[in-house]
Parts: sequence; C-alpha cells; structure tokens
Amino acid sequence: MSAASDYEMVVGLEVHVQLLTRTKAFCGCSTAYGAPPNVNTCPVCLALPGALPVLNEEAVRLAVRAAHALSATVNETSIFARKNYFYPDLPKGYQISQFDKPLAEHGKLDIGMNADGTPITVRITRIHMEEDAGKSVHDRYAGATAIDLNGVPLIEIVSEPDMRSAREAGAYLRALKQVIEYTGVSDANMEEGSLRVDANVSARLRGETKLGTKTEVKNLNSFSGVERALEVEFARQSDVLARGGTVTQQTMLWDAIRGEVRPARSKEGSHDYRYFPEPDLPPLQLARAWIDHARAELPELPAAKQARFLADYRLTPAEIEVLTADQSLSAYFEEVARVDGDAKGAANWVIRDVRQLLNSGATLATLKIRPPALAQLLALVRDGTVSHDAATKVFAIASENGDAPLDIAKRERLLQERSQDALAGWVDQVLAAYPDVASRFRAGDKKLLGVLVGLVMKASKGRADPKAVNQLLSARAAAGE
Amino acid sequence: MGAVRDAFRRMAEVDAGPTGLNCILWTDEARALADAAAVDAIPATGTLAGVTFVAKDNIATTHLQTTCGSRILEGYVSPYEATVITRLRDAGAVLVGKTNCDEFAMGSSNEHSAWGPVLNPVDRTRVPGGSSGGSAASVAAGIVRIALGSETGGSVRQPASYCGVVGVKPTYGRVSRFGLVAFASSLDQVGVFGTTVRDAAVALEVIAGRDVRDATSEDRPVDRYSRAATADLRGVVIGKPREYFPKTLDPRVAKLCDDALDGLRARGAEVRDVSLPHTDLAIPVYYIIAPAEASSNLARFDGVRYGLRITADGLRAMYESTRTRGFGAEVTRRILLGTYVLSAGYYDAYYKKAQEVRTLIAQDFREVFAAGAHLLFTPTTPSPAFEFGAKSDPYEMYLSDIFTATANLAGVPAISVPIGDVDGLPVGGQLMASHFDEQMMFRGAFALEASHAEAT
Repeated sequence: MSAASDYEMVVGLEVHVQLLTRTKAFCGCSTAYGAPPNVNTCPVCLALPGALPVLNEEAVRLAVRAAHALSATVNETSIFARKNYFYPDLPKGYQISQFDKPLAEHGKLDIGMNADGTPITVRITRIHMEEDAGKSVHDRYAGATAIDLNGVPLIEIVSEPDMRSAREAGAYLRALKQVIEYTGVSDANMEEGSLRVDANVSARLRGETKLGTKTEVKNLNSFSGVERALEVEFARQSDVLARGGTVTQQTMLWDAIRGEVRPARSKEGSHDYRYFPEPDLPPLQLARAWIDHARAELPELPAAKQARFLADYRLTPAEIEVLTADQSLSAYFEEVARVDGDAKGAANWVIRDVRQLLNSGATLATLKIRPPALAQLLALVRDGTVSHDAATKVFAIASENGDAPLDIAKRERLLQERSQDALAGWVDQVLAAYPDVASRFRAGDKKLLGVLVGLVMKASKGRADPKAVNQLLSARAAAGE
Repeated sequence: MGAVRDAFRRMAEVDAGPTGLNCILWTDEARALADAAAVDAIPATGTLAGVTFVAKDNIATTHLQTTCGSRILEGYVSPYEATVITRLRDAGAVLVGKTNCDEFAMGSSNEHSAWGPVLNPVDRTRVPGGSSGGSAASVAAGIVRIALGSETGGSVRQPASYCGVVGVKPTYGRVSRFGLVAFASSLDQVGVFGTTVRDAAVALEVIAGRDVRDATSEDRPVDRYSRAATADLRGVVIGKPREYFPKTLDPRVAKLCDDALDGLRARGAEVRDVSLPHTDLAIPVYYIIAPAEASSNLARFDGVRYGLRITADGLRAMYESTRTRGFGAEVTRRILLGTYVLSAGYYDAYYKKAQEVRTLIAQDFREVFAAGAHLLFTPTTPSPAFEFGAKSDPYEMYLSDIFTATANLAGVPAISVPIGDVDGLPVGGQLMASHFDEQMMFRGAFALEASHAEAT
C-alpha cells in the first residue's frame, strides 16, 4: 500500500487570452470592455441567417506575436475549424476555432530556476485562435436567462503536462501573464476575464513515468485560486489512489468559497464537438517573411530585460524582479535612470514611492509625476538642495499636481538653507540657548557635535543643510569659539 | 414602373390562388412600385434600370420575408440585405418577389417547401425541379426575365432544365454568398436564371466580383459576359464526357444532345470524347459533405434569437421541440445524416474520405481542361421533369442531380441552356468551363442557344 504522500502532482494548463483588438474576431463590432450587453452586435455576431465571418487581421498579428514570445513555431498554413455544440450564448451553434492545424506549435516558457541554476521550462503544445463565446446570466431575471453575445478574439495556449506542483503552475501563469502583457497582446486580467485558466491535473507515484488519469478543473478565477484548487484536487486524487481506487476522467468545478472541487454535471464533460474545417474561411496563409518580421518586431521580453538590468544597472535580483514585473514600470524606471544617471537611486524611488502610488490606485500612464521630474528630484537630493525628508514631501505634491520638483521645493520653502549668514544665526541662537552644552563643546567634547546639529536643525525647522551645519560647528570648535 | 405592373399582372394571372403555380411567396407591390419610381427618377442609371427580378427565399431581403421555405423562419424579415440583392438594385433592377423553394434549398422537386409545391408552368402535373423551383417557374411563366436562385448541387441548372429556361451556377467564389442563407458553405453559390443567355449573362455580370464580407469570394476581374456572343466557335474544343452519356440515358435526351453537339460543330467547335472517371462518386460524396456542413449551418435555428420558438420545459426540450416542429422531413433527414458523418469514430470513414474523393473529382476536371478542352457538354439531367410524387425514395430523387452535382464539388462554372423537348417537356444541355472562365462558358451558351433557335 502507498500513502497519499507518495504521489506527485502532474499539471498541464489551458489558458485562454482575450486579444487586445479594437474589433471582434470575425466582424467589425467593437470589443470595448464594459459596454452594455449586446450593444456591439451585427448580423455576423448575432448569427443572423446568411451572415459570414471575416477574419480580423489584427487578431492574427497579435496571436502571431504571442506565439513568437512563447518561442513557438508559427505555421504558414493554419486552418479554422467549427466546434459544434448547442448553447444559447453560442449563437451560430458552433464556435470558430482551430483544431488539427493550429496557428503555432512547440513553444516553451521558463518559469524559474532549479536549485542548480538551470531554468525550469514548461513546454507549450500549441497556440490556436478562436472566438469567445457569449455569457449566459441565469440569476438576473426571474424565469429567464439573459445572453450577452461576445465574439472577442482569443488565443488558447495549451501547455504540456510539465508542472509538478501547484506552485509551479502558479509560476507558469505569472510568467505567462507577464509575457502576454509585455507583448501588448492582452491585458491578461483574470478578474475581467481576459485571461482564463482550465487545469488538467493527475496524480502518480513518485518515480512513475506514465501519466495517471487526469481530471479537468474549471471555474478558476484567480491565480491563487488555481493553486488552491490544484492542491485540493490533487489531494482528492492521491487519497483515492492511495486507497486502491481509480480516478475517473471528468470535469471538476472549483468552488472558491467552499474551497472544494465537485464534479460537473456529466453532460459537460462528454461533448462530441464534431470538429470539421470551417468552410466559410479559407485556410490562413502567412508568408514566412511576414512571420519572421513579426518576430523581429517583438519587444524585449522579461527574461532578456532581467539579464540586461543585472548587467547595466547593478541592481539586486529582488529589485530587478520588482522592476521588470510590469513592462511599463520597467520603462518608467529606465527613463528616470537614463535622465538622472543614478540607477540605484532611481530604483529605490520607483520601487518604494512610485509603486506606493500605483498600489493606491494610480496608473503609470496617468501618473502626474513623469520620469524627468523624478530624475530632477533625485538630483536635488543628491546635491543637497532638498533633504530626503523634504524630497518625500515634494514627491507627494508633484504626484498630485505635476509641477516641477524645484518649483515645489521653492514654493513650499523646502530648500535646504546653506547661506553662512542664516546658518550662523541659527548656530548662535542654539549656542546662546544652551550655554552649558556650548561650553562643553568648546572645551573639546566632540560627542556633542551631533546633539548640536540636531538642535540647529530643529531651530531651522529642518531647512538647514545638516552637512553645512556640521561644517560650521566643527569650524567653530576648531577656532575655540 | 410599367415593368413592375406587368410583373404583378402576370403574377395575378398565373401564380395566385389555389390553382396558381405557387412560385412567389412574398411580395409588396407598393414597395416595388416605389423602388421603380426611384429608379425612373434618375435617368440612365445602371445596366438593369427598371428590370424586374425575383429572388429565392433563402436570400436575405430587408422588406420581404426570408423563410428559406421553412416554418422555422416563418415571418422572419432580415435586418440586412444580401450583397447580390444590393448589387442588382444598385444596377437599377427592382425586386418584385421572393420565390418558393425546397426547405433550406434541400430538394430537387420543390416538393419539400413548407409553403407547398411549385407547379411546372410547362406542365402543371409535373415538378419544376428544385431546389430553386420558384425562381425557375417565375422566369418560365413570364413574370420576370431574371431570377436569383442558389446552387449547392444543381439547384439552379436542374429546375432551369425542367422549366425550359437558362440557369447558371458561377465558379465557387465568383459571387458573394453574404446574405445567402447557408446550406453547405463549401458548395453554395448564388446562381441566376434568365429567359435567354443574355439575360442571365447581364445579371451575373452585375452580381459577380469580390465582396469583403465573404472571405471565400475571390478578387478576379469580371468579364462582360453579355458580350461573349459569337457565332464563331472555331478553335474551341468541347469535351463530351462519356460518364454523362450512360447506356441508361433516355435515348430522346441523348438524341437532343447529339443534335446540340452537331450545332456546335457547325459553328467551328471541335468535339472530343473525354473522361471524368470519378463522376459516379459525386452523389455519394455530395450526400456526405453537404449534410455535414448543413448540420452545422442549421444549428443557429435554435429558437433562441429569431424565428420559431416552441417553449418547453427546459433548454434542451425547447431546442428539440422547436427544431422538430420547425424543420421538415428532408431537412431533418439531412441534419441527422450530417451529424452522423461528423461524429467521433465516423469522421475519417465518411467526411474525411468524402473530402479526399472530392479532390479527385476536381482533379478530373482540371486534367480534362489542361488536356485542351475549353468546355464540357452534357445533358443537364438524365430525364425531363417528373410528376409529383414520382420520386418518393430519397435516393431516386438525389439521382436527378447526378450530372449537376459534380460542378459544385469541383467548383467550376456551369450553365443549362434549353436544347429541345421530349413530349413537350423541356430538356437542358449543360456547358461546364474551367474555374473563373465564365466568359468561355457564355460563349458556348450563346452558340448553343443560337443553334437551337435555328433548328426550331
């Protein structure tokens, strides 16, 4: 007999990603998120009698870009196919997809490092194009189901069963989301449904090379939900196997609230989709030169960017991970670093202060403090024009009104005071107010320098440049004044 | 406007009432008159200014119903217009009616319409052919000179032959299918009927050409087919495929074909015996591919968004009762057949195999044209129009398309031209040309028409 702990998890993921096209997959209707139901419809996406699909070229461009980003081979000829089933939110009675001739095959994605420094790679079986089905809303109107028709172009990215833990599955999804976002193919937002995941999971004894019977887990709506669902389903399967039972191949639904998986109604798992080539669309023919050109146009991908940041900016791996998590954040950082020249300083500000703004709801695109302004602020701190504390205040103001940091510092009287007259005035004031400390300092008690600087700073309400105060006091002590 | 009044007068004479032909389903005389007035108001518009036409009931029109001869679409009016209708209207033609047809274009006799059969104007005891029987009969009865039909496997040429008019199936991809309610998308083409070859040629010229809304329509130059008329066929090689002249062919039909070929020879054409060896596989292949595509194309008639809905307890029951009630026997038969041949475990044996054989059938045509033939001449149908109820066995009925279905499978253009009659029933001769060579097809058709006119 074996124990449940003798089993290892085997996971393959099917990820649907909505492409960021302006129009639907097979008609000219808008894909704007959040529009009222069925406003953006036409004879084609309503499946009126006689209407025909016409392929959206932008969708092809984005799908090919995603395929390149995942190191997949793009087929010069791919074929659309009809996936036939009846459902009210599938107006044609079939979904236009791709079946035995997909857009791209044989990709891969690195999701992290092994202990020995070798990459953990997940192979990608295929990437194919399809249209999104609509949405059935069963609970809004009594006795009726509301249908919101859709038709947004999708790609489905199917991985090999290469992941061995829920954590690896999570890492794959995060790496995939990052690549997809970098390429501008999709906003890959699981909450808005622009990225959706179905998981195939099986359990087998450690050391076994054959795959066990899998189940497909659906209704996953967050990355952490995927990880939890996999753990729960894997535990269930391991338990069944450890007790000598067999796993039934079926579709399971994740219930995030109860933290349970339960079998879907048996019908949902047993469709015969009767795939056949879509006769309304000629085979998709892509010239090799066009495919290669699309690869050349790819932006820098996360792995390459991380390597470059390490070489160019001498940042820590942790800093690099944060800065490259999001392509626009890395671009923001790079512009600050380029203008100012101090990459480390730029990284500190972006990682701490800029991200804090983003966490409280701002977006990089609409952020009021632009990279050149932040670079100016860095320079002001470095040359002592403003103190670090004052710089934090300037940053907060600049992020609200977009004014130049120097202007803000002047207006808010946050410039550090360095004129000898002003400094001497505060120093005299402090020495007069604390005669006891002053006399011990004059007598050579160097330890009191810090106390006095602090008192001068306080007297100046923080405006004095502490370095200059330090120098002035040291000079006085040396002169025995 | 006079033409519209004439058309409606003729409709009233021959089509209306319990004893009428039943070829026109939906009309709106006031609207047609208004359309004609609009055309008249702009002098010298379009090549078809003021010409009336009718269109098969499976072509989307915005003011008249589009029911495809089916109860499931009873009362359905399309919110958009088919490209072919728009192009004819833009050329000045005026739509005067939608014509009866076999339900969803499935049938060869027009007996499968939910709205009752069409009678053959030549002999009312006989079928007009199908599935575009109403369009053929409308032209034959003199209601209009031009009619639109649709072809999936002979549905224009066969009724044209039975009714004694000209019927054309263009090359697949020559005419936009946007707005043609799909039966079998890889075979469907809009076709035209005309009282003469010239009428058909003019109409095809107008509707042919690339349409961005149909990805299968091709961007090829469209010739002036109406100017293809010539008495001279010197240098033209006409193939006579032996598979289309079997020993079982009605000898009277064979005789008319021989006479027609003599007429073409007399104009300088060279007639050669040729072979299209996979011809006998066309009907079995057709009855796998067409139902397979139909089973998918007709899935949208589900009672959810438009057309008939029979409410029942639950979604599945609603689907079943709506489709059971809405579709007739022939449509149901083909949906079942098509679903079967696409099913897991049967796909390779049926659908995939049929596609492979279809490739061989197309290859037959390519080879015979590559070997020097410009045209192929055959009878359009094995025999003239049959009596109502004569072909109650579906397979017998399917065989009436034995000479026409090949052109749909191969995608080549074909035309049926009257070449005589047998006991007063019209017989058509068919000319097929290579892909997108409608010009050559019309050249042969003009000659065929002229030599037949001389002989009678």
